[in-house]
Amino acid sequence: MDSCSLYYSLDLVASSGHVLTVEQRIALQTSLLILKKKYKFQRAMLWGKILGIQENYFIAQGRGESEIKDRKYLYSLDCMEWFLLPLVTESMIEEVSKAVRGHFIGEPSFVYEQIHSHGGGEEAAEGEEVIRVNEEKRLAVTVHLIDEDVSVVPRGAFIRNPLGHVQINRSFEGLSESEARRLENYLHFHERKTGNKKSITDMGEWSPAIDFLDALSDDIPKGSWSLQFECASRVCVLRSLLWPGLTFYHVPMTPQHGYIYIGFGMKNIDLPFKL
Amino acid sequence: FLMKNSSNSNMNYDHLTQLLTKVMDEHPNNAVDVFEEMSYEVKRASLNSMQSNLRDLPQLTATELLAEQQRSLFLGKPVLPNVSEISFYLEQAEVGLGREEMQRIFLALKKLVDSERLTHCRFWGKILGIENNYIVAEAENREGEEKDHYTIEDELKEQIKEPESLEKEPFEGSPFPHSAHKPQHEVPKEAIGIGANKFAYYVCKEPGLPWVKIPSVTPAQITIARQIRKFFTGNLDKSVVSYPPFPGNEANYLRAQIARISAATQVSPYGFYQTVGDEGEEEQELYWASIEVNPDFEGVPVRELAESLKVWVHHRQHILQQGRCTWENMAEKTGEDTNEETEDEREEELDEPEVGPRLLNPLSLDAFNMPPWSSKLSSHLTPEHAIAVLRSNLWPGAFAYSSGKFENIYIGWGLKYIGEVYSPPIPPLPQKEYPDGPEITEALDPTPEEELDFKDNLEEQQAALEESEESDELEESEEDDN
Repeated sequence: MDSCSLYYSLDLVASSGHVLTVEQRIALQTSLLILKKKYKFQRAMLWGKILGIQENYFIAQGRGESEIKDRKYLYSLDCMEWFLLPLVTESMIEEVSKAVRGHFIGEPSFVYEQIHSHGGGEEAAEGEEVIRVNEEKRLAVTVHLIDEDVSVVPRGAFIRNPLGHVQINRSFEGLSESEARRLENYLHFHERKTGNKKSITDMGEWSPAIDFLDALSDDIPKGSWSLQFECASRVCVLRSLLWPGLTFYHVPMTPQHGYIYIGFGMKNIDLPFKL
Repeated sequence: FLMKNSSNSNMNYDHLTQLLTKVMDEHPNNAVDVFEEMSYEVKRASLNSMQSNLRDLPQLTATELLAEQQRSLFLGKPVLPNVSEISFYLEQAEVGLGREEMQRIFLALKKLVDSERLTHCRFWGKILGIENNYIVAEAENREGEEKDHYTIEDELKEQIKEPESLEKEPFEGSPFPHSAHKPQHEVPKEAIGIGANKFAYYVCKEPGLPWVKIPSVTPAQITIARQIRKFFTGNLDKSVVSYPPFPGNEANYLRAQIARISAATQVSPYGFYQTVGDEGEEEQELYWASIEVNPDFEGVPVRELAESLKVWVHHRQHILQQGRCTWENMAEKTGEDTNEETEDEREEELDEPEVGPRLLNPLSLDAFNMPPWSSKLSSHLTPEHAIAVLRSNLWPGAFAYSSGKFENIYIGWGLKYIGEVYSPPIPPLPQKEYPDGPEITEALDPTPEEELDFKDNLEEQQAALEESEESDELEESEEDDN
C-alpha cells in the first residue's frame, strides 16, 4: 500500500483485525519518505508486517521504473531504521523451505538449523547435512513467496507500455460495483506464470495493454479467496486464505486500491482440508 | 326480560330509560313518528362516546410513551463496557477494527442489550469467514432460560437409531456377524451457567443486522472441533462437512470454537480475580470454584506485566479432554445399562477424575513446544505511558492488554496454530470379515489328473466302505441273533 495513502488506507483494511498505532503511523510516514529519496524509488510502499515471537518486522517495498521488475524489499524493527533484504534465488528458497519450521523469532541473525538426510534409512548417516539459514534470509524468501502468490491489483490499474515496463494506469477510474464482485477482475501482480491456456474466445475481449497478468479466479484450489464488502459496504475487501493475513482493499469507482500483509508469515498448507 | 343484555350494547332496561328520558327532555311534537329514529340516535350516542374514548388514547400515549422509553436511559447501572476507551487501548496494542467500525459495533451492542435485557455484555471479538464475518458478543445468561436448543441433538440421535432397527430385523436368528460397534455414551452437556456454557453468545454479521443467539455447546462438539480444521463460511445454518463428522451445523461449530478460544485465551492480571470462599477445605472444590472481582486489587505495574507471564492468569476454566470443564464420571452412567461388556469399561473409567490446570493458573505454566504468548510494551518511545500487550501465538488473533484495566479480544479465523502439518485422523480400521474357515474358503480347482486320482480314491474307499458295511451287517445280524 502506497506510503502516500497510508493515512486513510490503513483504516480500510482494519477489518482484518490489525491496525497500527499512531506512533507507528507517523514514524512510517516520515521514514518511508526518507527511504524513497535515499534509494531513489519511484514509489515507496508499506508492504506489511510479519509477527515474530519477540519482535515484529515491518516490511517496505520500493518500486522503480517498472512496477513489477524493479522491486526492492526492506525491513525494519522500529519503523525508522530500514535494512535491505537479500535478493532471493531459487537455491535460497529451497534451503529455507528445508530448514525452517515454526514461527518467526524476531531476531534477524537467529539461525535455524535442520539436519537433513538424503536417501533412505541405511545411507542416512552418510548423506546427513546440516542446513543453516538465518532469519533474514527466511524473511526475504517469505516476502518473495507471498508477493508471488497473493499480491493483487484490480484489472486495469496497471498498463504495460511498448517497452515492456509496467506502469500505473493514470486513467484508471476503478471497478464498478458489479465488476468488483467478480474475482476475474482482480489480477496477480507478478509476471504471468500460467501461460495462455485460455481459449481464443475468452481472450477476444482482452486488451494486451491491460491483460498481461493472471486472474485470481484461475487460482488453485478454487475458493482460496474471500471477497466481501465492508466498511458499511463501501469497500471491497479480499482476503487470501492461502496466506492468512493478506488483505486487499479497493474502493469501487475510485482508483484507490492496495494490499497489506500482517500475519505470522506462514503459508496455510492445510487449505484443502479447511474449505 | 328487561334486564337482559343485548348482543352489542346495554341492557334493554337502560336503553328504554334513556329513550324515555330523551323524549321527556326534548318534548318532540310527533313523538310517536320519530320514536324509532330517537331510539336509533340514543344507540348511536352511546357508541359515539365510545369512539371518542378510543380516539383519545393514542393522543395521551404519544408523548408519554417516549418519556417512558427515554426514562430507561437514565435508569439502571451501566451494563456495557466503555467501548471507546477499549478501542483506544486496543489501537495501541495494534489490534482493532478501526474506530468507525468499533463505534458501530458499540451501538449494535447497545441495541442488543436493550432488546434482550441483558445484565452484562461485552464485545468478545470477531471471527472471519469466507462469505461473511461474525461479530461476537458475550453476555451473561439470564436465569430461567433455555431448554429449546436440544432439537438438533435429538434429531441426530433419532437418525442414528433408525438404521440400527432396520438392520436387525431381516437377519434375525441367522448366524450373521453382528456389528461390534458400540455407540459411545455421550458425555452429558454442562448446564447453562457452568463451565463451557457459563456465558451466552450472540453473533451478527454486520453491526446493525439482527443478533442471533447461538446454542450452547456439548462436550461431543468440543472434542470433534479439536480434531477438525475448517474455515467458517459465514452462514450459521450451513452444515460442517468434515471427518470425523461434526455433530451439528456451523452455529454449533462456532460455539465450540468460541468455547475453546475463551478457555485458552481469556486472561487477566494476577490478583484481579479471587476465588470465592476460603481455600483448603476441599481440594477439588478449587478446580471449579467460581471467581469474583477482587475489591482490593490495586493493579500490577505495567512493566512487570510486559516482562513476565507470571503475573497473567487464566480466568476461564480449562476444557478437559472430555470436552467439559467439570469432570463427569461416565462410569456411573454406563453402569445403568446392564451390558456385560461395560463392566470392563467401568473399571477403566473409575480411575481418578481428570483434572485440568486450576482456575487462575499463571500463563507461565502453559505448555507447548514454543512460547505460547508474546508480551511487550505498546511503545518504545514513551515506555512510561505505554500499556502491556499480550499476544497469543497458539490462537493467532487473540490479544489482551492491561493498563490497570484489562481486556481480551479475539479477531481472527477461529483456528488454532497446531505447529505441524495437519493430517486428518485416519478412519477406523474396517471391521473384520466373517471368521475364515474351511466352509467358506474357495478351494483351488483340481487339475484333470488330480480329479482322476480323486475318483480312483473315491472308488477304492467306496469299495472299502461297502466291504465294511457288509461286515457290519454281518456283525449286526450276529448281534440280533444273540
